[in-house]
Amino acid sequence: MTTNYGDTLIRVEELYKIFGELHALNGISEEIHKGEVVVIVGPSGSGKSTFLRSLNLLEEPTRGKVIFEGEDITDKKVDINKHRQKMGMVFQHFNLFPHRTILQNITLAPVKLLKKSREEAEKRAMELLRLVGLEEKANAYPSQLSGGQKQRIAIVRSLAMDPEVMLFDEPTSALDPEMVGEVLELMKKLARDGMTMVVVTHEMGFAKEVATRVVFMDEGQIKEQAEPEEFFENPKDERLREFLSKIL
Amino acid sequence: MFQELQEKFIDNFITDDRWQYIADGLITTLQVTFFAVIVGIVLGFLVAVVRSTYDKTGKLKVLNALCKLYLTVIRGTPVVVQLMIIYFVIFGDSRDISKVVVSVMAFGFNSGAYVAEIFRSGIMSVDSGQFEAGRSLGFNYFQTMRYIIMPQAFKNVLPALGNEFIVLLKETSVSGYIALQDLTKGGDIIRSRTYDAFMPLTAVAILYLAMVIIFTKLVNILERRLRSSDH
Repeated sequence: MTTNYGDTLIRVEELYKIFGELHALNGISEEIHKGEVVVIVGPSGSGKSTFLRSLNLLEEPTRGKVIFEGEDITDKKVDINKHRQKMGMVFQHFNLFPHRTILQNITLAPVKLLKKSREEAEKRAMELLRLVGLEEKANAYPSQLSGGQKQRIAIVRSLAMDPEVMLFDEPTSALDPEMVGEVLELMKKLARDGMTMVVVTHEMGFAKEVATRVVFMDEGQIKEQAEPEEFFENPKDERLREFLSKIL
Repeated sequence: MFQELQEKFIDNFITDDRWQYIADGLITTLQVTFFAVIVGIVLGFLVAVVRSTYDKTGKLKVLNALCKLYLTVIRGTPVVVQLMIIYFVIFGDSRDISKVVVSVMAFGFNSGAYVAEIFRSGIMSVDSGQFEAGRSLGFNYFQTMRYIIMPQAFKNVLPALGNEFIVLLKETSVSGYIALQDLTKGGDIIRSRTYDAFMPLTAVAILYLAMVIIFTKLVNILERRLRSSDH
């Protein structure tokens, strides 16, 4: 089902994450291809966030491999920081830097890590701010923004590093309902522009409309995956049917 | 009554230029405090980084154990005993070591232990999401600390840090135990010459109070500046 998309960007092999007694990830093997928008759904505690956070090793897997652009990034000898620069991540609680202005939030990593000049980084930041319609907030501090605005800035901050893939960890779960739309709109725009995305979310509308593939996780395993239409119209796994009946 | 006070004032401060005991003592106290604060901040900062790196990543195990030992010993014994041990035991054979240097070391090492815990609580008070955001952008551990965690931690602990330095300033008054002529000792010398306790000790107290008030004002100004991002 992934034949329409580009080369493999991330390959996950037999991934396990064990916290004491809890098997958060129970042997996951999966591939993410260039240009795909993979939406991961599942009940809470199913391991979907842990899986997403394992992709850039914010969560260190107990066992198994994550291969990004052909390189095994779980190898201790690999400089994980170099790879993380190419994997943008958006968090549920935005995690903007409160002591820096919006512009500084966006330019910090490009200046310090990509060694861009300040002018160059600021020019790019302003382009991105225009893209999301927040250019007048450039010199504001995060505390002056609404939740939806914060999340759009968080997305822009990741985009400023020109990542190969964007990981979204429940990006709309902490937002007031009326602000969910503006964030989803931006994510749709990114998807249309061909950004590779892995999204953990409860927004089934987004999954139906934008996903190229929907993955259902439960008990630390991938129980089912399919293109959105097939996934929602014709679910096979018993747990998935139960899950869908509860939320749709 | 006024006449009497005036006579006492002249006797305690003007006769034989006795005010110089106070003035020289004040300078010594400021010197000791200033350099001890620097030693305390540097040492406290390093210890806090080691301790929180261990807490967060499990690395630096041996250094962490050493730091914990340092904290336990320093916080578990009186500063005046530490001062006397450094002067009479560690430098017991070299009588020509400067008492100011010994005091700076003693109060600096002592303050470092408290500053370390203040910094550490500040680092721990920064939301872990900030750390994750930094790491996810590709910053390494120390870059994340430097650009993202420390500036926020410093702002959070500034009131506690200011308080620690007020305590330190006043604690230096025990330097008399190694016969350093600081402000307190200066006042005490005058008392021993004039047999009047009221004038010199009140003068000493007023000077400490004035220093603390000025210092508190400075900290408040700094706090207000750093708070500019929280609207």
